[in-house]
Amino acid sequence: MTNLIEIKGVTHAYTTASGPLPVLDNLTMAVPEGEFAAVVGPSGCGKSTLTRLVAGLMKPDQGEVWLHGERVKSPRKTVGMAFQNPVLLEWRTILQNVILPLEIVAPKMSKADREARAMELLDLVGLTGFDGKRPSELSGGMRQRASLCRSIVHKPDVLIMDEPFGALDAFTREDLWQTMRDLRAKEPFTCVLITHDLRESVFLGDQVIVMSGRPAHAQFILDVDLPADRTLDILYTPEAAAMLHTLRDQIQIAQGRNPEVH
Amino acid sequence: MLRQIGVPLAAILIFLALWEFIVWVNGWPNYKMASPSDLPAAYAKYWNLFLVMGWQTLWRTVAGLLIAVLVGTLLGMIMGFSRIARDGLYPLLVGFNAVPKATLVPVISLIFIGQHDFNTVLMAFLISFFPIAVSVGIGLSTLEPEYRDILRALGASNFTIFRKIALPKTLPEFFGALKVSVTLAFIGTNLVEIISPHGRGLGALFQSGATNGDYPLMFAVLIALALLGIVLYYGVVWLEKTFAGWAERPAG
Repeated sequence: MTNLIEIKGVTHAYTTASGPLPVLDNLTMAVPEGEFAAVVGPSGCGKSTLTRLVAGLMKPDQGEVWLHGERVKSPRKTVGMAFQNPVLLEWRTILQNVILPLEIVAPKMSKADREARAMELLDLVGLTGFDGKRPSELSGGMRQRASLCRSIVHKPDVLIMDEPFGALDAFTREDLWQTMRDLRAKEPFTCVLITHDLRESVFLGDQVIVMSGRPAHAQFILDVDLPADRTLDILYTPEAAAMLHTLRDQIQIAQGRNPEVH
Repeated sequence: MLRQIGVPLAAILIFLALWEFIVWVNGWPNYKMASPSDLPAAYAKYWNLFLVMGWQTLWRTVAGLLIAVLVGTLLGMIMGFSRIARDGLYPLLVGFNAVPKATLVPVISLIFIGQHDFNTVLMAFLISFFPIAVSVGIGLSTLEPEYRDILRALGASNFTIFRKIALPKTLPEFFGALKVSVTLAFIGTNLVEIISPHGRGLGALFQSGATNGDYPLMFAVLIALALLGIVLYYGVVWLEKTFAGWAERPAG
């Protein structure tokens, strides 16, 4: 399998009032086509910078970001983004919100085709019948579902998610993990998921990348060797528990502490 | 529907009754304070003047307001998108806004001598563009970066982002400012109408009432002005409901 996303030796620093703030230091990682990479790490370690780099919204000081064997220098139409804040447009209905990327990426697509595509996705995530509602009429979980639909409506090769489930309660979050799994089965895409939730990273990821503290590099990469059609029960198996332990230890190291003795 | 019209109507009637009562209980004569019951006579006597002058005041206010919307939005866009412009323009605008506009009437009258209509529209504009510029500027500069990123990540141009996201998102703030600007524009129009000699419009009618000691006429003009203000205000409310009704959440 070829690598769809390749990040090679990326180093980046932000200019702040109190001098340069290095966030990434020689970060190297790769995500094969169709794979799901979960990125975990301590707060403020440059995970969001990583999403903006992959999306082409900014350029690194040093190093290269490659998508599909092409160097990323500017935004491209084949990327979808989802954030912790669902950022739905309040003046549009749910259906119109989901259609938004198509208006930019596929201006020639007919209105009927756009709406059919959006309705198909809304059905997939369990929002059937909510297409005519305003975002303010939906719960937080439902808004995030709509936001997910919007991020993949134009069939991007790469889906970049920056803590999309971070603001949801634990049960809603688990529901959305399963929605995400079902979406992947129907709509193949390569995904980079930034998260703080280790269980989320193991349930959804094909690989989990642990970033070190700032300035961050890829400190540890875990191959999640679990079947694709996972259920939540899998998190309670010894294999998953062992992975979660390993990740926990790695996070401790990234935070500059000694891992606990088991 | 009954409540929407009934409640404001009842409030107005109570206000007029209270006014009448205060004048009556103090025994004030007409040359000190007119009472609401004096007004119908004044309107009946000068109804053609009220129509002509009221129209003059109305169209010049609306014209000034339209220019204020155009220029205010443009200034707001410049300040909203450019930090340098914001830093440079803010002190100038705040300073200009702090200058009492009455002091500008003689200045404007001298520069554009005899151009009464133009001077009046200009003043209505000068006094009312500030809230629009500030609110559009703040609305644009406080747009959360994620809103921009969802479209920018797809390669959308700045203009597309403005049209699809920034512009509709600032509409509620814009209409809030427009409600303030409507009343301000009336003040601007009347300033010129009252201060400049041989004026036209309701302000001039007020002035002639003052010259002749016709207090019922003066108060009739004030009520007519208030009425025009209310009409224009609700015009803006209607526009707001049409274009930014989504911002209104159901009560409770």
